[in-house]
Amino acid sequence: MILTNTETIPGQTIVDHYGLVQGSTIRAKNIGRDLMAGLKNLVGGELKGYTELLQESRDEALQRMVEQAEELGANAVVNLRFSTSSVAAGAAEILCYGTAVRVEATRPSL
Amino acid sequence: MIQLYFVLAFLFLGLSVGSLLERLHYRRIRRRELGFATQPVVTFGMFPADKTIVHAELALGSVVISVDYFKRFAASLKKLFGGEIHSYSSLLDRARREALLRLKESCADADLILNLRFETSTISNGNNSNIGSVEVLAFATAVWYQTCDQRPEVLAG
Repeated sequence: MILTNTETIPGQTIVDHYGLVQGSTIRAKNIGRDLMAGLKNLVGGELKGYTELLQESRDEALQRMVEQAEELGANAVVNLRFSTSSVAAGAAEILCYGTAVRVEATRPSL
Repeated sequence: MIQLYFVLAFLFLGLSVGSLLERLHYRRIRRRELGFATQPVVTFGMFPADKTIVHAELALGSVVISVDYFKRFAASLKKLFGGEIHSYSSLLDRARREALLRLKESCADADLILNLRFETSTISNGNNSNIGSVEVLAFATAVWYQTCDQRPEVLAG
């Protein structure tokens, strides 16, 4: 599966469109990470626990989107977008969406 | 009374340790940025027509950064009068530069980074609506050019 956030893929021609595919996940932070983050909040700086948490959730959302695209018979997702929103206190939704397409390698014109 | 001591201690901690950590972080950011000075990053999605591209893939970089206690206190005071809140601008600046650096580190040998986008979101703390911490995600398409030793057959595969 090829993923890009551009409209086309170099060296490949889009032969079929399958429309929108999306994947999302809503995650809550856990108490252990929250406690450490609370301490870290005093001095500022990176909250590594949260960075990892959001990375994991993003991978999960991407995975769901890829599964949806595979079901449609696509082999690439172009024009990928991400969006994050907080649904409730301590919970965040990670959404990724794009256009599922089938691509074929372009023959180099010689 | 004891609460006042706690607040003063937290303020002092935020002011001293927080600003030290920020200076160290900025020093790290500047050093790493120098290493990527020659790698072009653009915000448009057009592929260069004069180059043969052999590979393109999604590149991500993200970070969650929080502001220290002193700056949060200073910002809440500043909110009474309005105007620019400088303590938050350094927070967002650090977060964006760090996210971009992580993106670049994930594809350090790419020839060009296309269609760079930033996505910023606040992590809500529940009890107060202050900006405690922000998450910045940078995403882009990294491309690799064909080098002289690669034959055109590689492209087709």
